[in-house]
Formats: sequence, C-alpha cells, structure tokens
Amino acid sequence: MTTVLALRVAGLSWRVRPRAAAVTLGGLLLLGVLMALNMRIGDIQMSLAEVARATFDTASAGHFVIMDLRLPRALTGALVGAALALSGAIIQSIARNPLASPEILGVTTGASVAVVAGVVVSGSAYGGASGLLSTLGIPALALAGGLVGAMIVYTLAWRRGLDGYRLVLVGIGVAAVFTNVKFWLLTIGDVNDTSRAMVWISGSLNGRGWEHVRPVGVALAVLIPLALLGARSLDALRFGDDTITGLGVRMNLSRALLILAAVLLAAVATASAGPIAFVALAAPQIALRLARCAQPPLLSSAVVGALLTTGADLIARTAFSPVELPVGIVTAVLGAPYLIHLIWRART
Amino acid sequence: MGATAVAPRSHTLRHRRLLLLTVLLGAVCVTVVLSVTVGSRPVPPADAWQALTAPAGTESHIIVRSLRVPRTVLGVLAGLALGVAGALMQGHTRNPLADPGLLGVTQGAAFAMVASIILLGAQSLLAYIWFGLAGALIASVGVFALGMVGGRGGPTPVTLALAGTAVSAFLYALTSAIVLLDEQAMDVFRFWQAGSIAARGPDVVWQVLPFVVAGLVLAMVNAPGLNALSLGEDVARGLGQRIGLTRGVGVAAVTLLTGAAVAACGSLAFVGLIVPHLARSLSGTDHRWLLPYSGLIGVALLLLADVIGRVVAPPGELEVGVVLALLGAPFFVALVRRRKPVRL
Amino acid sequence: MRLQAAAVKLGYGERTVVDGLDLVVEPGTVTAIIGPNGCGKSTLLRALGRLLKPRGGEVLLDGKRIDRIPTREVAKVLGLLPQAPTAPEGLTVADLVVRGRHPHQTWYRQWSSDDEAAVSEALAMTGLADLAERPLDELSGGQRQRAWISMALAQGTDLLLLDEPTTFLDLAHQVEVLELVRRLHQAADRTIVMVLHDLNLAARYADRLVAMREGRVIIAGAPHEVLTEELLREVFELDAKVITDPVAGTPLVIPIGPHR
Repeated sequence: MTTVLALRVAGLSWRVRPRAAAVTLGGLLLLGVLMALNMRIGDIQMSLAEVARATFDTASAGHFVIMDLRLPRALTGALVGAALALSGAIIQSIARNPLASPEILGVTTGASVAVVAGVVVSGSAYGGASGLLSTLGIPALALAGGLVGAMIVYTLAWRRGLDGYRLVLVGIGVAAVFTNVKFWLLTIGDVNDTSRAMVWISGSLNGRGWEHVRPVGVALAVLIPLALLGARSLDALRFGDDTITGLGVRMNLSRALLILAAVLLAAVATASAGPIAFVALAAPQIALRLARCAQPPLLSSAVVGALLTTGADLIARTAFSPVELPVGIVTAVLGAPYLIHLIWRART
Repeated sequence: MGATAVAPRSHTLRHRRLLLLTVLLGAVCVTVVLSVTVGSRPVPPADAWQALTAPAGTESHIIVRSLRVPRTVLGVLAGLALGVAGALMQGHTRNPLADPGLLGVTQGAAFAMVASIILLGAQSLLAYIWFGLAGALIASVGVFALGMVGGRGGPTPVTLALAGTAVSAFLYALTSAIVLLDEQAMDVFRFWQAGSIAARGPDVVWQVLPFVVAGLVLAMVNAPGLNALSLGEDVARGLGQRIGLTRGVGVAAVTLLTGAAVAACGSLAFVGLIVPHLARSLSGTDHRWLLPYSGLIGVALLLLADVIGRVVAPPGELEVGVVLALLGAPFFVALVRRRKPVRL
Repeated sequence: MRLQAAAVKLGYGERTVVDGLDLVVEPGTVTAIIGPNGCGKSTLLRALGRLLKPRGGEVLLDGKRIDRIPTREVAKVLGLLPQAPTAPEGLTVADLVVRGRHPHQTWYRQWSSDDEAAVSEALAMTGLADLAERPLDELSGGQRQRAWISMALAQGTDLLLLDEPTTFLDLAHQVEVLELVRRLHQAADRTIVMVLHDLNLAARYADRLVAMREGRVIIAGAPHEVLTEELLREVFELDAKVITDPVAGTPLVIPIGPHR
C-alpha cells in the first residue's frame, strides 16, 4: 500500500509519497558519501578528511587536484547516471513496458554508430589527431548521432499522433539497423581501434572534466522540472488511451514533450560518458520497487541512477587497480544482482 | 442456422492459411536455390543439381558440396530456430520487445565462448560452439530457476523478462571486460557478434541439428497451450492447461533453438525479434500458425540476406546479420507504419 | 452433489480471506454468491474452480478432491470465466470460442466434428453466429461478455462458474447476459455458480442465493429466504425495505440508507 501525503504551503499544494521521498533523500545522502570516497582515489590517495580540506581550502595542496580533476569526474558520473535513469523512467512509463530504455528511441544506438564510425574511419590513420577526436570530436559526434537517431525513430513512429506500441516497434527496427551497422564497423576496423571504440561503447568516466559536467548539469536543471510537471500526465498515461482522454490530459502534446525530454537527457548523457549500459533500464525498476510504486517514480529513479553509476565507478577504479574498467561494465555487474534480489524478494 | 454459418467460414480461413503457408514454403525454396547457386563463383542451377546427384569432382561441384550446401543448411536451421523461438518468447512474455535471447541465452553463449578462450585456450570453431551451447543452456536454466524461486505456479512473464534482462546485462558486462583485456578474445567476439553462416563445415551442421529438431518439436507441442495462455492464466487453467508445465516447455524450446543458432552463427537474435511481428501480421494470434510462418519467414529472410551479403561488396562479404538488419528492419518499419500492428 | 467445499481455508500471501467454509452446490441450479466487497466471494469461486489451492479443508468434485484430478479432466466437466478476462487484440469471436475446445483436443486430434458442433452450438446459443468474424475489441461490452460465455460454453461442461459476469455492463446488457445464463441453465440443466453484485438481479435470476460476510456463509437458500431486511442489515449494514418484485415475483431490495 502506498500512502500519499498532502503538502500545502500558502495556497500551493503537492502530493508527496513518503516512501519515494525517503528513497530519494536516503539515496542523496549515500550518493554524497560515495562521491567523497570516489574523490579519494587517484595518483595521490587522500583520506576523507584530506578530501574535505582540499575541497574547501583554496590554499591547500590538493585543491587543484580535487577541483579540476576529481570533482568534475565524480559529478559527471552522478549527473550522467541521473539523466539516463530519468530518461528510462519516462520511457518505461510512456511505453508501459519495463523493458523499454532510451535504446528504443534510437538515442544511444545512434550515438554509438556515430562514434564507432568516427573512431574506425579516422582511427589509426591519423594517430596524432585521435587525441583531438577524443576530447572534442567524440562528444559532438555522439550528440549528433543520438539526436539524429531519435529524430529518425520519432519521424517514423509519428502517424496522426504517437502510439506507444508503434513507437516501441519502430524503435526495435531502427535499433536493429544501428546496432548491426555498429557490429559491422567493428569488424572492418583495425583491432586496436576496435578496442578503443569498445571502451567508449561500454561507457567510461575516465578523464571527464568540467566541460562534461556543464551540459549534463544544464540539461538536468532544465529538464527535471519539466519532467516533474509532465509527471502528472505520466500517471494518466499509464492507463489506456481512452482513459487518458477521459482524464483530460492532452495526450499527444504531453507525450511528445516527455519523449523529447527523455531524448535530450539520454543524448547529453551519452555524449558525456558514452552509452553506459543498464542504468536507464535498471534504475527505474529498482526505484519503483524500493518506493513500492506502480510505475517508476522520477526523482527516486534519478537518484538511484546516480548512485548506481557512482558506485560502479568506484568499483571500476579499485577492483583491478591500477587497471581501470569502463564504468558501463560495472553498472551491470552491480545493478543486475540487486535488481534480481528485489524481484526475488517481492515474490516470496 | 449457426452450424451452417460457422463451418464454411472456418474452411475458407483454413484455405487462406494453407495457401499462405505454401507461398512461404515457395519463397524458402527460391532462397535455397539462390543460396546454393549465387556467390563470388556463380554455379548454374543445373550444374549445382549435378553436384548433388552425380558429383564429378569439378571445382564448382566441390564448392557446392563442401561450402554452399552446409552454409545453406545452416541458414535454414538458424532461420527456423530463431523465427520460431522469437514467436514463442513474445507469446510467453506477451512483450513485443522480447527477443529469443531474453532469458540470457545469447549472452550466456557469448560469455562461455570468450571465457573458454582465455581460461581454457579454446581455439577451434567446434569448441567455441560446444562452449556456446553449454553457456546458453546454463544461463537460461539459471534465469528460469531465478524466476521460479518463491513463486506459486511458476514465474510470471514480467519477472521472467526482467530477470533475463538483468542476467544478460550481467553476462554482457563480464564478456566486455574479458574482450577489453584480451585481444584474441576480442577478435573472435567481434565477428561472432556480427553474425555469419559462412565458413562453417558440415560438422557444425551435424553438431546443432539435434538441438534444433528437439526445439522445433517442443515448440509445436507448446503451441496450443500458448494459445490458451494468451487468454490469461486463469482462463488457461480453467481450460485445463498446466501453466508451469507450459512455460517450462516453452522455455526449453526457446533455449534449445536459440542456443543452437547463436552458438553456431553468432548474435543473430534480433531475427527472432523482428520476424514474429511480420508473421503475426499474416497469421493473427493463433500460435499453431504463427510458429510455422515465423520459422519460414526467418529462413527466407536469413538466406536472402546471406546471398545479398555475398554479392554487394566484392571481393569481400558482408556479414549476414548486418545485411539482415539493413534489409529487414526498414521493411519491418514500413509495415509497422502502414497498418495497425497486431498486438500481443 | 457434484461440487462442494468442505471446511476450506483460503487466502493470499499472509492474509486469510476465508476460514472453515462449507458450501454444497446443488446440481441443476443457478446459485448466486452475494456479499459486500472483500467478503471473499471471488476467492471462494476461484477455489471452487481450482484456481486457488485451499490452505486447509478441501474442494470436492464428484466426491474426489479437485486438486487430485488431472486438470484437463476437470476442464471437461467444469468451465469457468474469471472477472474481466482479456484477449489478444484482433482475436475474432470464432477464434475465441474455438479455444474453448482446448481440453478436448490433443496434438493428433485438433479439430473433430464434435469440436465443430460444440462451437457452432455455442455461437448460436449466445446469438453470436453473425458476429463470428468480428474481432472481439470491436464488439460492445455485452456482446464481448457473451463471446466469453460462449467460449466457456463450447467447453461443453455441465458446471459453469462465472465471476461477476455483468461487471462494467449497463443495465440492459446485464439483463441480456443474465437472460443468457438462464437459457443455458434451462436448455441443458446446467449447474451455474456466479458471483453477482446486484442483489435484485441475483434474486431474479438465481434459484439459490449464498450470502457471505467476512469469509463466512451467513445464509444460503431460496431468494425470498435470504433477502430479508434483517439479513441486509447484518450482511451489508444496509437499512432497506424488501418488497415483492411486481414483474418477477422475487424479492426486491429498496435501500433506505446505511445502517449506523
């Protein structure tokens, strides 16, 4: 049973689900701890106290390291995770399908194709240029690829309105094309380029700086309020189309706007850190089970996504130290058993 | 009056369905002929026929017998297996996003293959396939067991699908980690991932044949039960269907079919994602017809894509999975756009 | 004495809904189970139809424990229709009714003349022969419900369990469905057990009413024995006047207001 509290302040009123709120707040606390732990790691190991001092004392020795290297990386991880999870939560609600993720909107697959093509084509032929490609070229390529991919899916699925089921089917088709083009590009490339491309495809937070934080941060700052406004209609979208119209939701408009928000979130996140696997699919499912809601709660999903990515990054950097795994590999290793545990617990 | 109204109707429907089945069989035959005759060295149909009936040891006869025929037979097996398995999987989960690898079969096979390379030093194609099969079976059984635990009357479609996705993601992560650390594994993996039915000898065909045949038999046994299940679990039980048994048989069939296909031909699982939607638009929701339609469309598409892949990029070849996606997916999208999709 | 529940204990998860309930379904009658929401009506019906396994006690079909009889054998004598069933989109009426023959089919005998006859009869009986081609989702609510009943009918069983067959239907369609139930009963002396919400319709269309409250049977008997003003107060906490239905002669409940 989910209880709902009413929060009323001076003529304004909101409905608050205590369990979802608890998950969100508790998650944020845990997130802070994990990010601090994450910032200890690097060429110079620091204690938590040193991290704190270096953060706030501008004169301290570690200040530069924390502010210019470690904090942006930790923030990128958390923000990217939140953006992907929020995107997944929106899509799962609209498609009314727990298996849906930004992949069916063509975003992540489109971005992957663009980047792999970029790496394989320019690749080892321009050894010197690859440094430039990885700092400037890849995020731009990924963003363009993701947006074009989403545009293709959106255009093809639109037919006198947007039907959730048709969107899913069109998404499958387009994703199949993108994925297989990616596979093919991987087979024609040099095996070294292939490995480099694989790292990006898996999603990585290595060397992420403020230039990666800003776009995701801005996107979240704009799109989270927008998505929360749309959440009211998401609640209604859960029902069939007939019921929705009956509830007075302007179906196509709100659905279109929400999908647009999901696309932008996923595209910006992917551009920053690559298509980190599984977060968009698992975080909403984990959040809805923790909060005991019928459908993914948006804020809790975002927090769980940030937690999952940050926790995965921590493990990715420490487990096989000094070798650092791409974070996208660890998200699944961390998230999958937990999701299974939650499913399992619900049934007993 | 009722008796006369129903009888003729069901007969015309039956005729229409049989006619469609014949058309699909015809399409399969055409693609089989194409697959045996077309290639970097074209062989006229008459010559190919001679190679089969009275081999003379000429170069073209050797090509037909040792390369083209095993390749074609493998294409037929894989197309049938993936088409049927996809339809079963979507029927059981009632989810249009379900592909036959959903229960961890595909990623189980991939993981076992790359693990066998780095841990046991496996080198040959046959070894990869055995490991792939074993990995597929173990992963699928594991997912089904996870879904079973604590549940009354067997796993529900949603938990099964989610558990399968989670296990798949987990295994894929492990596979990615291995191939990032080991270049030889990476090299095998990237070609497996693209999917191909080329350069596999008759021994591979014999290796996977029993699994495919067993899977197809189980699938056909499963069809009426799946029809009952599609009316909801309560109605199905009211009709005397044992839910747990039906799901178990379905999962076993999917595992055998998909495991055999992906172990031998690589990650072609999305054949099983798209083809059932095409078949459903022809057959409706009756699985006794949907399964054969889906299997035959799978074969025709797979072989056609393979033939096209041989000729578009001479002197090389394009992997069948790539062609299939480029060929099948736009067709699929056009179909979805043009008419109201038949929902699960 | 074909179907009976003896001291059954039923529940979901940690919740016990029904404890120690006895019920004998009289053969050849139409029985309606009534009671307030959450009293365990549907739970009882599910147990009678072996959809829910009793925690204690037993459900007997022809004197044997129903969970010991192969489920397919049960399906040949007992048909059931859950509340608000759903079908795949695009399924036609005929396809649905054909699936009612499932328990009689095997892989080597998929479409016998018996099947053909049973389906034709079921369609004719429910007045759907002309709509056989139409997809289920294009029908009106009443027609759709008739199609589902037709499926249960094609199953060819003497016993039919219907869980709220009139939910979501307007009054005219409720009457249409219940008239059909009555015809089914009269045509072949079928035994029918249904859960009904509307007391007046239950009184009109059932031979026997079973009134439940909090998982127990309060009273079972003919409508005029069960539907009394005292019972309505006890079971439904409803102050009501009971008069005689001027059309059917059965009891008619006129609510006054909630009992305090």
